[in-house]
Amino acid sequence: MRVVLAEDLFLLRQGIIQLLEAYGFEVAAAVDNGTDLAAAIADHRPDVAIVDVRLPPTFTTEGLQAALRARRERPGLPILVLSQHVEQMYARELLADGTGGIGYLLKDSVLDDEQFIDAVRRVAAGGTAMDPAVVAQLMTSHSRDEPLAALTAREREVLELMAEGCSNTAIAQRLTITEGAAAKHISNIFTKLMLPPSSDSNRRVLAVLAYLNA
Amino acid sequence: MKTVPVAWRGRLGRAALDTLVGVAIATGALLSVVLFVTTTYFVIICVIGIGFLALPYLTRAVRWLCDLNRRAAARSGVPVERPYRPEPQEIERDIVGWTRRCKWILADPATWRDLLWLLLNSVVGLAGFVPAALLYYAGEGLFLACGLWRPLADGGTARWYAFVTVGSQPAALAAGLLALVVLTGWLLLSPLVLKGYAYFVKFLLGPTRGSQLALRVRHLSETRSGALDIQAAELRRIERDLHDGAQARLVSLGLQLGAVDRKLGQDPEEARRLLRQARSSSVQALRELRDLVHGIHPPVLAERGLADALRALGLASPLEVTVVVDLPGRLPDPVESAVYFAVSELLTNALKHADAQRVEVVAWRADDTLHARVTDDGRGGADASAGSGLEGIRRRLASFDGVLEINSPPGGPTVIKLELPCALSSPKTSSS
Repeated sequence: MRVVLAEDLFLLRQGIIQLLEAYGFEVAAAVDNGTDLAAAIADHRPDVAIVDVRLPPTFTTEGLQAALRARRERPGLPILVLSQHVEQMYARELLADGTGGIGYLLKDSVLDDEQFIDAVRRVAAGGTAMDPAVVAQLMTSHSRDEPLAALTAREREVLELMAEGCSNTAIAQRLTITEGAAAKHISNIFTKLMLPPSSDSNRRVLAVLAYLNA
Repeated sequence: MKTVPVAWRGRLGRAALDTLVGVAIATGALLSVVLFVTTTYFVIICVIGIGFLALPYLTRAVRWLCDLNRRAAARSGVPVERPYRPEPQEIERDIVGWTRRCKWILADPATWRDLLWLLLNSVVGLAGFVPAALLYYAGEGLFLACGLWRPLADGGTARWYAFVTVGSQPAALAAGLLALVVLTGWLLLSPLVLKGYAYFVKFLLGPTRGSQLALRVRHLSETRSGALDIQAAELRRIERDLHDGAQARLVSLGLQLGAVDRKLGQDPEEARRLLRQARSSSVQALRELRDLVHGIHPPVLAERGLADALRALGLASPLEVTVVVDLPGRLPDPVESAVYFAVSELLTNALKHADAQRVEVVAWRADDTLHARVTDDGRGGADASAGSGLEGIRRRLASFDGVLEINSPPGGPTVIKLELPCALSSPKTSSS
């Protein structure tokens, strides 16, 4: 699997390259600014782009903008955005086209290599990987809504994991329940939130995120 | 046209009020004579020493009268600032303090301008009688026209009204018509007379360029010391957070790694457990640093500017927040951050104290002023007494010459307005 990486801090860039290579990824290009990122994505046509939100030369949301532009040119290009802080607004911009293949994680996530690699794989496969912090923000901003308030505590936990992009199997593992129980919770959630039922886990995640983004 | 009578009644009420104020002003003119004479007298005998006793009391009376006139001028749409120098603080209650007080009075140019005003006002102030005189004259004409002329003419003393001898019914009607003309004159002239007088007040009782500068310097030194206090407190907070938080965590991380180093050879299982611990402490340290960074300068503000940062605040709040922002270009960093933190705190208040459901945040720029308005449908009763969060916001805005206006009746809704002068830089062009 081929990766293009954009990160301006040398140490972090090297660390992520090592991590990816240790797990058998091929880092096609590693750049440190937004301008080169666009070129690298065009040249190498990677399976997934891992991008830091804030990049030189402007140190604003250069990385995010470059990634979104690249995705407009190549719809569905999987993008995993890393940031020192999570901002609902950026999550919304990334998820706006509703086609998946999007990840938005705090930089700390690279500390847990297995989870990080899992997120990269999920995004590259067209799934979603949302940082728990983003999901928590989305949940609080809807905490007063009727349908969400109707969920049980367990259902809320399941909903949060689902919004992060976990599959049924992963949710069952994280909450130490059976897969059948996880599936039951999920169908209850969909009924309560009046979302269209769907067996495809990615479509389901996107539905949940769209609901939370509303 | 329904509005005509309303406009006419408004005009009538206005003229009536102006007449009353005019009478008050003219009375003040008489008072001016008294005050001018006595004050001047006592200022002169200050040279002998006895005047010192009466001077502060008299000055209080003079300034009270001047303030009344400033208020009257403001009523006519000509705001006049008080030009006096600040009273000396902590005056001793003895002869020395008394002398200092007199010195402060005599050294203030505004005192002498007040005196000059008193002198001129004893004449000019009489103009305040004009509206009342007009009204009286119009009233007389109308009474005559209504039949009062008959007993007077029968008594052989036919009354003159303007240039009409009111001795017959037609003449009485003519007088009535004239009276109506006078009444119209009263309606139109009263506000004008008062406005003219207001300019006279402003000319002598307003601050001169010098005293304006003195007032400004005072305001600046107050807000500067406030700003420095706030800044020092912020730095102390950051220092403490770094010292007790991230720094301590990094130390413990180092210790944990040392332990891992020792355990690696003999007890790999234990080493693995320690490594997991070390990882979670580094996550914790990062979290604390992130909160600290956000408190210093929110990243979204650095990345996107105020408009988007306010939208992000609205998104992150559990309340239903509508954000309407119209801010072309970027503002100076300190202004952006002051407004961001102020709005952030107001949203927190709406959530915690006001128990609101819906909040509206509006921000726009008019001329060189940034306006922001935060409205919530909570229980109201927000107050900015000392030590409250609102007082903190007000102090922080004051160092930018900004103002905070609170309107929060019990039962809500709460409307809080911010105004900050700002010089807007040209819109940044993104290099892409």
